[in-house]
Amino acid sequence: MAIETLFIANRGEIAVRIIRAAQSLGLKTVQAHSEADAEMLAVRLADKAVCVGPAPAAKSYLNIAAVVAAAKEAGADAIHPGYGFLAENADFARAVEEAGMIFVGPTAETIERMGDKVAARIAAKAAGVPTVPGSDGRISADEALSVAEEIGYPVMIKAAAGGGGRGIRIAQDAAELARLAPQARAEAEAAFGDGGLYLEKVIVNPRHIEVQILGDGTGAAVHCYERECSLQRRRQKVWEEAPAFGLPEATREALCNSAVALAQAVNYRGAGTIEYLYDAAADEFYFIEMNTRIQVEHPVTEMITGLDLVVMMLRIAGGETLPVTQDQITCSGHAIEVRLNAEDPLMQFLPFPGKVASLSIPEGEGLRFDHFLYEGYQIPPFYDSLLGKMIVHASDREAAIELMAETLKDLDIGGLKTTAPLHLALAADPGVRAGDFHTQWLEPWLDAGNLTATDAA
Amino acid sequence: MTDIVSPLPGTFYHKPDPNSAPFKSAGDTVAVGDTIGLIEVMKTFIEVKAEAEGTFADYVAPDASPVSAGDVLAKMG
Repeated sequence: MAIETLFIANRGEIAVRIIRAAQSLGLKTVQAHSEADAEMLAVRLADKAVCVGPAPAAKSYLNIAAVVAAAKEAGADAIHPGYGFLAENADFARAVEEAGMIFVGPTAETIERMGDKVAARIAAKAAGVPTVPGSDGRISADEALSVAEEIGYPVMIKAAAGGGGRGIRIAQDAAELARLAPQARAEAEAAFGDGGLYLEKVIVNPRHIEVQILGDGTGAAVHCYERECSLQRRRQKVWEEAPAFGLPEATREALCNSAVALAQAVNYRGAGTIEYLYDAAADEFYFIEMNTRIQVEHPVTEMITGLDLVVMMLRIAGGETLPVTQDQITCSGHAIEVRLNAEDPLMQFLPFPGKVASLSIPEGEGLRFDHFLYEGYQIPPFYDSLLGKMIVHASDREAAIELMAETLKDLDIGGLKTTAPLHLALAADPGVRAGDFHTQWLEPWLDAGNLTATDAA
Repeated sequence: MTDIVSPLPGTFYHKPDPNSAPFKSAGDTVAVGDTIGLIEVMKTFIEVKAEAEGTFADYVAPDASPVSAGDVLAKMG
């Protein structure tokens, strides 16, 4: 492979994950860290560590010049960006290549194209991937009714010239639209001097389902099945599963194949995820966006397929053609991941950057804990609150939920508040057990006081 | 003089956003519950509120600086 020394331009649990994958391939590892992260686990595991700047991420992990210079100086021939920070920054990908190193991910052009909402939607449509139905461009108030008839109610009507949610109205039927469209036009005219409108179908209580793909940059791509990530708080996923439950087999196949078609169409290189909204009532899915990086929730896919996605990324970055064929990728059992954050779920999720007083991690078949903790480690307050991810794999969903509940009860992270009580309450909830939830489910559930101190006990 | 101390570790900010004026300036009247700054902890912003009334003297911790829990952020006369 063309890579001998890998530079890890990230921190926390994903840095640990990348180091382990690199070591399994026999690569040397160089870990970047900020001044506040000198004691993190990845620094201790890597062959070498380099400080790239002060605590604020803008001055360290997000400083392209500092990161590229540090990698070059350390003799690295490739940089893995992890997720977040510079992972989807086209300028960074370009700077890495211009410095003569390999960026472990897609090309800068792909990052730019798929990172642009409009360009990504156009690419998806061109590849035959369903997108949320709308009025391709601006329409007049008079045209609204016929367009809505075509795409189906409810519809969202907004000013074509607008932005930031201003003037958005939802019409449940034709009568309501007939009443709202002139209002929307008048308001758009007053606010933007332009009465043009835009109409889009409202997907009511959608589920979030995403497909993991791998490509080698030559147009060859495979899918590694889908993940269900509907349990979200403030648009952050908290609990993820693979595969998605209750999905008709024909829908799963169409969904996964559409992701492969898009990955092939853009000559995708590396690991990527194509995100969809799924309307369970109508059994329809719609493209929302593509993430051109490894994702936090990638382990659930690894558990059901047996693949090591980070190793795959490194092998592809090292110049190999696609290391697996579609028929070699199978889906077995059910996996669940929960995100353990340093937050107090009983105190409005107040961050809790404490010190790890004790650590006892359950071990056993089907268990995996991706984290960056050790006893005595002081969690720095400068970065996000993710401490680790508990991942379980069992024969079916019911058994996986059961295993997750048992495992969380046995997990002991002393000295910190974590979101484990939230996950224990979710695992016991009849709605979660029945798979009866969607992206708009968790916040009202929390607001209704479903999480109490007794659950935590 | 009364000290206003940080309730949490994190990054201390004098302003609600980079383009605004600081929450307080020397000589300003401070009422109980007035916001005097923000602490960014794990990407969450928490308002630091005055627990006593008085007159604002000055910030002690610089704007956008890392602070520990218990550090003096500002002084009141």
